[in-house]
Amino acid sequence: MSLQQTPLHAAHVALGAKMVPFGGWDMPVQYAGILAEHLAVRQHVGLFDISHMGEFLVAGPTAETTLNRLFTNDVHKVAVGQAQYTLMCNATGGIIDDLILYRTAPNEFLLIVNAGNIATDFAWISQYITVNNQSDQTAALALQGPHARQILDPGLAPFHVVRQAVFGKNCWVARTGYTGEDGYEILCDNADAVFLWNEFLKRGATPCGLGARDTLRLEACLPLHGHDITGDTTPVEAGLNRFIAFDKGDFTGRDVLLQQRDHGAARKLVAFQMTAAKCPPPRQHYPVLDAGRKIGEVTSGTQSPTLGCGIGLGYVEAGSAAVGTKIEIEVRGKLFPAIIAKKPLYKRGT
Amino acid sequence: MSVPKNLKYAKSHEWVRVEGDTAVVGISDHAQRELTDIVYVELPPVGDRVEASKECAVVESVKAASDIYSPVTGDVVAVNEELSRTPELVNQDPYGKGWIFKVKMSDLPELGELMTPNDYAAHIGA
Repeated sequence: MSLQQTPLHAAHVALGAKMVPFGGWDMPVQYAGILAEHLAVRQHVGLFDISHMGEFLVAGPTAETTLNRLFTNDVHKVAVGQAQYTLMCNATGGIIDDLILYRTAPNEFLLIVNAGNIATDFAWISQYITVNNQSDQTAALALQGPHARQILDPGLAPFHVVRQAVFGKNCWVARTGYTGEDGYEILCDNADAVFLWNEFLKRGATPCGLGARDTLRLEACLPLHGHDITGDTTPVEAGLNRFIAFDKGDFTGRDVLLQQRDHGAARKLVAFQMTAAKCPPPRQHYPVLDAGRKIGEVTSGTQSPTLGCGIGLGYVEAGSAAVGTKIEIEVRGKLFPAIIAKKPLYKRGT
Repeated sequence: MSVPKNLKYAKSHEWVRVEGDTAVVGISDHAQRELTDIVYVELPPVGDRVEASKECAVVESVKAASDIYSPVTGDVVAVNEELSRTPELVNQDPYGKGWIFKVKMSDLPELGELMTPNDYAAHIGA
């Protein structure tokens, strides 16, 4: 399958980015280096091309009730101009995708879905309501970091969205992100992407690739679909109960999720930190052990630039999931000590 | 991209500096740039037998773990313990302080199969 390119592809190559396949797209994994880009976002402001992500518009008088039956969070609670993190589950509670929902008008919703799930999500939601897939004509940038507001200040509260001109171009600007920092996600027409990208860079934003996006989101313990959450894991197992509105009425997957909430899930997604002074970073699929017995598997791992140690997420048996539990991570046949830690591993301002 | 003239190179991006019957091994400037941000080096145990083109060490960047292949056959006689504490030396000084291990070679003619600096430069498109 040939890889798709975002409108910023040539700009990435011109900046010397190393390009890699991600979710069917040829994306920049890094420019100067993951550590430098990670620190730019934690300390200043970084700019990401997130045009690979999907944008669906769902509208009409039945949109709210239909989406409320498809998603775990309560769409009814989202006012015009607000954003909500939510999950779309199958009948057995497995996570088809996680997404951000914006209510852009009383009966209109904009959904931001994962790049690799665009086709699946479109097919799923289209069974119930007409979906206007705008992904091919929409580009998206994420401006993230404590100094983001020095470059762009639309006067938005966190998790709010507004239609606004940015450097003269019509955009949706949302105060959302996937880095654990303050910042914005800006949706624009493909034709305006390069112009906006350059305007943000001119004002001091550091171009950042998917490598830093991954280390940033992992420190913030934001799950990545296809790794930490999948069609075979549920939001309850993933510890995402606060995004499940059990009291809103029926929705797809509710029976299983309720059962797991009330009787306990067999496994839980935990965050952990390596505790040895120098040890290899944990990676996906590495076994997790408790006193020599395998209790689960790493779903995402990296070396945390902020904490200076290996960190990761993984599913473990519920009995070994308590914060403070000492575990081991098996790396190439050797065991390295780790400890289950409170999520998130990084919180801004700390 | 630096490709020193006094070294031999493997296709898999390791370099060799021959000192008598000992081979000092590291990874090339090109390799460290491709990997970037090296955060961990798993060294082979001293005394281990290594074989040409077989993996014997691991270099980990933030993003991924990459195998290091021994360019020569022989016994590991020394490893760069400094890398346990400061793996970033591989990025900072790949041909000097970032050396990884030394092998007492048991098959010297094998060296003939490694690439010359010119061939390696062509191999990486430098």
